[in-house]
Amino acid sequence: MRLSMSIAAALLALAAAAAGAPAPDANLARNLAATCTNCHGTNGVSQGGTESLAGMPRDAMIRKMQEFKSGTRPATIMHQLSMGYTDEQIAFIAGWFAAQKAPR
Amino acid sequence: MKRRGIESSLPMPRREFLTLAAGCGIAATLALPGCATTGSKASGRVVVIGGGYGGATAAKYIRMWSDGGIDVTLVEPNPSFVSCPMSNLVVGGSRNLAFLTVGYDNLPQHHGVKLIHDTATAVDVDKRTVRLAGGGELAYDRLILSPGIDFMWDQVTGLDNAGAQAKILHAWKAGPQTVALRRQLEAMPDGGVYALSIPVAPFRCPPGPYERACQVAWYFKRAKPKSKVLILDGNGDVTSKAALFRKAWSDEYKGIVEYRANHVLAGVDAATTTAKFDVQDDVRADVLNVIPPQRAGAIARSAGVVTANDRWCDVDFRTFESVKVKYVHVLGDAIQVAPGMPKSGHMANQHAKVCAAAVVALLSGQPPNPTPVLTNTCYSMVTDKDSIHVCSVHQWDAEKKTVLPVPGSGGLSSAMSELEGTYAFAWARNIWADTLA
Repeated sequence: MRLSMSIAAALLALAAAAAGAPAPDANLARNLAATCTNCHGTNGVSQGGTESLAGMPRDAMIRKMQEFKSGTRPATIMHQLSMGYTDEQIAFIAGWFAAQKAPR
Repeated sequence: MKRRGIESSLPMPRREFLTLAAGCGIAATLALPGCATTGSKASGRVVVIGGGYGGATAAKYIRMWSDGGIDVTLVEPNPSFVSCPMSNLVVGGSRNLAFLTVGYDNLPQHHGVKLIHDTATAVDVDKRTVRLAGGGELAYDRLILSPGIDFMWDQVTGLDNAGAQAKILHAWKAGPQTVALRRQLEAMPDGGVYALSIPVAPFRCPPGPYERACQVAWYFKRAKPKSKVLILDGNGDVTSKAALFRKAWSDEYKGIVEYRANHVLAGVDAATTTAKFDVQDDVRADVLNVIPPQRAGAIARSAGVVTANDRWCDVDFRTFESVKVKYVHVLGDAIQVAPGMPKSGHMANQHAKVCAAAVVALLSGQPPNPTPVLTNTCYSMVTDKDSIHVCSVHQWDAEKKTVLPVPGSGGLSSAMSELEGTYAFAWARNIWADTLA
């Protein structure tokens, strides 16, 4: 999964280069996911009280985040935070956490 | 350039041991063919000054993201981390200092950070060295300053001496002052007045003073119901979560909390615990708690990175490198913030991750992430159990060359709740581990 994320990043870099934009970060998914880990634990392994994101299937996380965004999933704070990310960023984040080892 | 450092007596970091065991030579830095498991070509020496939310996170994440390839030394004078977030619960009496205290042991043990309990006294940005109070000198390729705040005592007449400061507390750096303020409140007779002076923004933790007012009121309501909490705010209005705090004061703490805006503190009389103002009448209190005006910690001055109003450090938000001094990065409360960015512990942890990613990239010969993203989540405890939040997401704006809150994102609690209280404690547990474990 890490490898496929690298390939995805490389493809993005090629696309960006072709478009004349600055190359995206090689660790874009990892760096985006790190914006979640204050509350959800380093690498998505929660210390309790919040959901562990490590090992959560990619599609399930994308669906949850989209439901937070649309307001169909009840939330105290995630409906507000999810609105700060683009759909592409959410896909990167979900892919990265899916590749992490789930806590026991 | 000669590279000197304090030799570590720590056991070999786990990652380096595994690398050796795999027959891949001394360090990941060599990037030998056939040693792809190390995954990083980053090498070099990073010194981090300050082990708070910013510095400790940076030290951990640079070790983690460089696969142990970058040598990281963390300089921190205190033996343990004591969290400012949640420390108002100690002032209110529902928690003790041990609850806020986390050891530094995991940073060396889990991540191979070289930890030095000392104070950095000077930076030579040409030689790229840091001098320590204990006499040592550390060389760096990249220096990360996360020095927190210093108080501008000269801004408050009568408070620029040790005697006055021992009586009129700030409790704005968690630790002995937090406990001392609690003792003053315990010793205060019922019917007394606790006055809290708030400086003109910006200051560390925008909602913190108002949370403190709630926590002291929570204590008074139960133990000293005839007592008053008097907020003397240097600002024109409550600077964070205003409607939510005002509702708590009028509903939960009716008759206890009084709020007065536009009270810029000019001076104090320590003998009579009196707050003095240029325009308004003096206020005498039984317990006077002054949060003084603040600026970046002193080591930032030595490094020459204080560039905004002689108080804060301007940085490039893609790397957190100083806009003025190369190879010096600044994190946390010490920076000149971007629009809508609070000086908070959560934000400092996020600064540290953007900076760590950039430093690892730069020391690998790669460009830093051109599109950093940061979040902020800030809970304030309104009672011992109920909480309110403010949150935001900040993305890089290529045109304005800064990070800006994403329109339509972020926001506030609809009302205080016990559910958010449980999330506030979960926030603390998780960010303390993310920063230090």
